[in-house]
Amino acid sequence: MIFKSPKFRMVGDTGLLAQVGDGIDRETNLLVHNLVHAIELDPPAGFIEVIPAYNCLLINYDPIKSSINDWIEMVESHFYAPQSCIRNVPRLIEIPVCYGEDFGPDMEFVAELNGLSTDDVIRIHSSVDYFVYMLGFTPGFAYLGGMDHRLFAPRLETPRDRVFEGSVGIASAQTGIYPVSSPGGWRLIARTPIKLFTPDNELPFRYRAGDVIRFRPIDRIEFESISRSNG
Amino acid sequence: MVKEILEILQPGPMTTIQDRGRFGFRKFGVPVSGALDGFSSVIANRLTGARDDAPVLEMTLSGPKMAVLSDCVISVTGAQMPLKVNGIEKPLWATVSLARGDIVQFGVAVKGLRAYLAVGGGIWCPRAMGSSSTFAAAGLGGMNGRRLLGGDRLLSSEPTNGVRSRMLDRKFRPELCGELKLRSLPGPQDDFFNDGLETFFSAEYTVTGKTDRMGCRLDGSVVTFRDQSRLTIISEPSLPGCVQVPPDGQPIILLVEQTVGGYAKIATVISADLDLVAQARPGDRIRFTRVSHLQAVNALRERKSMLESIAFTNL
Repeated sequence: MIFKSPKFRMVGDTGLLAQVGDGIDRETNLLVHNLVHAIELDPPAGFIEVIPAYNCLLINYDPIKSSINDWIEMVESHFYAPQSCIRNVPRLIEIPVCYGEDFGPDMEFVAELNGLSTDDVIRIHSSVDYFVYMLGFTPGFAYLGGMDHRLFAPRLETPRDRVFEGSVGIASAQTGIYPVSSPGGWRLIARTPIKLFTPDNELPFRYRAGDVIRFRPIDRIEFESISRSNG
Repeated sequence: MVKEILEILQPGPMTTIQDRGRFGFRKFGVPVSGALDGFSSVIANRLTGARDDAPVLEMTLSGPKMAVLSDCVISVTGAQMPLKVNGIEKPLWATVSLARGDIVQFGVAVKGLRAYLAVGGGIWCPRAMGSSSTFAAAGLGGMNGRRLLGGDRLLSSEPTNGVRSRMLDRKFRPELCGELKLRSLPGPQDDFFNDGLETFFSAEYTVTGKTDRMGCRLDGSVVTFRDQSRLTIISEPSLPGCVQVPPDGQPIILLVEQTVGGYAKIATVISADLDLVAQARPGDRIRFTRVSHLQAVNALRERKSMLESIAFTNL
């Protein structure tokens, strides 16, 4: 739910956290991305970086070149005049994934827990368009909203030391993607062969927060053929 | 022209290449990284005649054993980590000339945790996403995206000739006494705490062994929450210096390898004091003192003008 007015909190002497709503919903999150976009389009003196999350944004600024009040005014001006925010148009990104087996070692668990067949899990998981709320925890880790509640699965009690890059997992009512190998506690159901992280590109990840992701089920043969074409 | 200058024989416990950090990618979850003790890394570069923002080696607890491949100048600043060249002790916070064939070695830091080694001309390494800083979790920057290993060779752009040997006077060096006073602003989630806030700003905390570039973990009086049903938050961004309190009540000062998190942050260490946190070693004692936003900004101004006006003593 979007607040009537944004709530501001100081984060030390170089940060301003602007919360525009509570909970996790798409409307609030879209407003966050639009505000981020508006700030980045015309950053005033003292701007360092802006980081979006579910219902808030953090502005990192140089307090010698700008004052905290300048930043509060800037967020408020965009908040109350949303037409002035040039829309950050969401893109639809299709990601091919191979479900189950060694690509998704927790597939059986998720299916059994919810009284579904693995085919049901694949059908349900790949039939929804997911909204990218936020990237973080590890580089490019995508927190996706909109998962069908029939796929609910708790996190692992002990996280894996290593989750392969490209893995797709479930934690409670959320699904997410690991673009780089890292430790991780989400239940893994699939993996994509495409390279999601290309540090040399201007857009280093295949998607950004505010985009929409659709998973396309592929078989092992296609997985391997895409992997090979990646070099 | 890029030249090989130093070969790593033994890497030391944790040695990485860092510069001022990687900015502009935190919205993708890529943290800033960079030298934790900014003051020491800038001074190290200046002592060798390199640019302020040139990459340096960040050496944790102890440094590497290295063979010198071509004549160069170096300087070592930060932690009190004994430096020896061919077995002879050399001064820290000073320009040191090396000749081809010399062997450089470090002892274990006596005070402080992280020392910085700069090279005349600046250490050269390819940039990843605009920075040479190593972020090993994603294999970015530095030496092939990882900490240094035996056999690695460090490069320098044209080593500066005729660098005057200089040192930084003692009065400008940070005092590393094992007791840190960190000036902090309450928040962003100070409202999650009641008595806990009192505890946090009055108790003494000890730095634990579980301390890395992601965070400095503390041990001491438990910080209690106001409401036992509100122990965490919906994940939100944080900055280096934020002090998060997990449900166990033991604070963690976040450093440079994290962008978002779901723990409440009771306070944030002011940016002028982050260099001190970089030197906090296991067993050191920390007290947090509450300051106003204005005091924090003034402290940052003082640090900046001090760095601008700092003068070296010729040797």
